[in-house]
Order: sequence, then C-alpha cells, then structure tokens
Amino acid sequence: MSKVGIVAYGITPFTKEDQKIETVLHSSANKLFQKNPSIEKKDIDGVLVSTNNNSKYLAPVLSEMVGIQPKIAHSIESLCNSGTNSLVSAFSYISSGLADMVLVSGAERYDSPGQILEWDNSRGEFKHPIFWASIFSKSYKRKYEITDEQLATVSVKNHKQAQANPNALSKKTYSIQDVINSKKLTDDLRLLDCSRPCTGSASIILASEEITKKNSENPVWISGIGQKTISAGFTKNPSLTSMESTKIAAQSALKMSKHSIEDVDVAEVHDAFTVCEPMALESLGFTSPGKGTSMIDDLHKTNNFKINPRGGLIGTGHPLGATGISQTIEIVQQLQNNAEKRQTDKANVGLIHNMSAASTSSTVLVLEK
Amino acid sequence: MSFESELSQGIFCIPKCNSCKEFVWPPTEFCDVCNEKITIEKGDFEGKIIEFSKQNEDYFCIVEFEKKVRIMAKMLKKPNIDQTVKITKCGISDNSYFFYVN
Repeated sequence: MSKVGIVAYGITPFTKEDQKIETVLHSSANKLFQKNPSIEKKDIDGVLVSTNNNSKYLAPVLSEMVGIQPKIAHSIESLCNSGTNSLVSAFSYISSGLADMVLVSGAERYDSPGQILEWDNSRGEFKHPIFWASIFSKSYKRKYEITDEQLATVSVKNHKQAQANPNALSKKTYSIQDVINSKKLTDDLRLLDCSRPCTGSASIILASEEITKKNSENPVWISGIGQKTISAGFTKNPSLTSMESTKIAAQSALKMSKHSIEDVDVAEVHDAFTVCEPMALESLGFTSPGKGTSMIDDLHKTNNFKINPRGGLIGTGHPLGATGISQTIEIVQQLQNNAEKRQTDKANVGLIHNMSAASTSSTVLVLEK
Repeated sequence: MSFESELSQGIFCIPKCNSCKEFVWPPTEFCDVCNEKITIEKGDFEGKIIEFSKQNEDYFCIVEFEKKVRIMAKMLKKPNIDQTVKITKCGISDNSYFFYVN
C-alpha cells in the first residue's frame, strides 16, 4: 500500500454561533488555503465532506465555494465518527491511485440532527445519548467500584487542557465539586460530565507520498487504520463497561502501523461523556480494565497532556462531523511540535480514537512523522 | 401481522426466524442470518434487569428477554440487577417505541 500523508489543515473556533452550514464548512477550508498558498487547487482531485447536516450536495457546494473542480466529491455521514471515516475514505482513494490529493472538510451546527439516532427503537423513549451514557456510567462504577468524583476528574482535566486551545468552546476551568454540583441530568450523569454540541469546522488535505514530500517540510503520515462496527443499536453492545469496537479497531490500526500501544506518545480519545475516557483508555490498551481513572488522575496531577491535549470533546466541544478531523489536526500539530502551550514531550507517534453511538462503531488512526 | 403492528396495539411480541429457530433483534422483516421472512412470537415473556439508572422519579433499565432481546424500559419502582420483570405497558408514541416493566 502506498504512503499517504497530511499536507495541510485549517480549523475554526468551536462556538455556539448560528451560522449556515455552508458558511461553517467554507471557513475552515478557506483558512487552510490562506495558510498554504502554495497548494494548487487544480491538483485537488477529491473533496469529501463529513457532516450529519441535512443540507444537500455539500461536497460540490464546497468545491464551488473554494474554486475546485474535483473528480470525486461526496458527503460522508457516520454520526460522531464521520470525520475519521472521511479521512479513511480519502486515504483509500489516494492509496488506490484513484486520487492524488483530497480535501476532507468536516462541519456541523450546534443543532445537528446527528445527535439522536431515531432508528434505534430498542432504546424505547430513551434515545438521547445521555441515557446510554448514564447506563455506561452506572455499569462502569458498579463493576470497578469507581466514584462520581473519579469520573469528574476527566471533566476537570479536559476543561483545564482546553484553556490552552484557542479554538475550544470551553473558556473556564472547573473543580471536582463544580462537576458534581452541576445540573443533574440523571442519577449517574451531570451536565459537566457531557461534551456539548456546537458549531465548528475542520479541514485537512491528504496526499500521495510524492505530493506530500513536495508540499510539506515536516510531513506526518497515516501509518495505521482500524475500523469496526458491532451494531447500530446500543442495546446490542456486548459490554456496558468496555468499548468492544474500539478494541478491535485499535488492534488493527496498531498492527498496520507496526507499533504497540506503548509506542504512542500522544492520543486524542473520544470523551463524549466522562465515563468514555477511562473506557477508551482501557479498550485501546493504555491501561488495564478498571484502571482508566487512575491513569487519568495521574496525568491530571502531573499536568501531563498526553491524553486529549486539545481538551477532548468535553473541553473543545463536539461538532460531530468536524470532531474526528479536529482530533487529527491536534495530533498533526503535536507531531510537528507546534502545539504551543499544549505541546507534549517527544511526540513521534500519535493516535486518534473516534467512535459513534455508544461505541457501536469505532475508528482508530495512528499517525507518525 | 408485524412486530410494530402488534406493539401499536400494546402487545409485546418477539420476532423469530422459523428456519433458524432463533429470535431476531432488533425487529426486522427478514432474518439477519438466513434472510428468510420472520414471524412473531406472542407470550407472557419474562425479562431480566441488566442495568438501570434514574431520571427524576423514573428508573430506566436495560431489560433482556430470551437471552438475546434487549430493550430500554421505564420502571416506577427501584429495580435490582438480575430482577425478573414483565412488560406491563408498551406501544408506539411519536414514532418511538415505549416499554414499561415491573
């Protein structure tokens, strides 16, 4: 398989602004081209749009707005992991030889219809994500004797780290007690346990090895890809305390990259809710089952930004279609040593974990210099 | 007669493939293994509480039937893990299924 690299990126601040989806989408692509004037638009032969928005024909619309006439142009929707799935599609187009350079842009509005999976009637009237998150939290706390305070540390850490990210939605730090005292949504979930839907956009250009080397002095390569879908319905999840699709996707991605999890220096993991971060760390193999909150506590106390340096979904906000692309941009910045106040030490190998609908599906990417 | 038409009448059935002799979930028209048309099985099914939480005064639970079929249902009294329950009320409202167990 031929190599595929990341040539350029652009990202907008994540906000609660009421903007047309086309405007949101255009803004990160426009930033990308402003920052990278040497990129020839005529060389871009694919435009992929990652979104859950209902607007039609967004890839051709974006192509027209930025002045590209690509061979390939279409949207990709897969709820919360639309972003990394779009990057995998772009990778496939390039590695197969169907394209040499692909623009992938993700965008969402704060009121995205992707927040609810109407199809999953096995959830009965409990279709909002707070209900599966409450069940995960209750089950995880029960199995491993974890307290609400231990889970609250995820929110405290990620809001803290988000203060070093100028694009993050969160502009405040919180204490454990703030999280515990925040609005009670269910017995097992408070408002500050949750990531928030928001408006935002992120864009990346992927390219073949030759074009990547020509356009980037400090190239970052996608060396591992793993994906797994277990089901669409939450109630078919084989476990309520681990992410089975994540385990399989992580094994595939690490095998493809010829790395082990111990080689990963920095990672973005899908903390849609506080309980998701320890579950993800355990399922990815960073730590053993039930030990995720201990790892998070250690990272927080030592001010180590290894996990979710940009603030995760909880601190940065969660504009569904843009999230996976935003996570990937963070790891690119870390590997290129330009993450400024968020920079981690000796970042050579990075990992992105992006999942959908209570981890019924997961995508894991490994990036390296 | 389909799962949804019965559910809309307040009757909880479980879809079954007569060819595979297996229950099929979530409800669909065809078996996800052999692709044959499914039938529905009526009964006074007993379920088991797998997990639960609470919002305001109501508990919401994952309930498992026949070691395969799992739903999220409302329960008015505090559940216990592994407690045996039955559907007391079900139906379709605003295009969403709803289930009560006790």
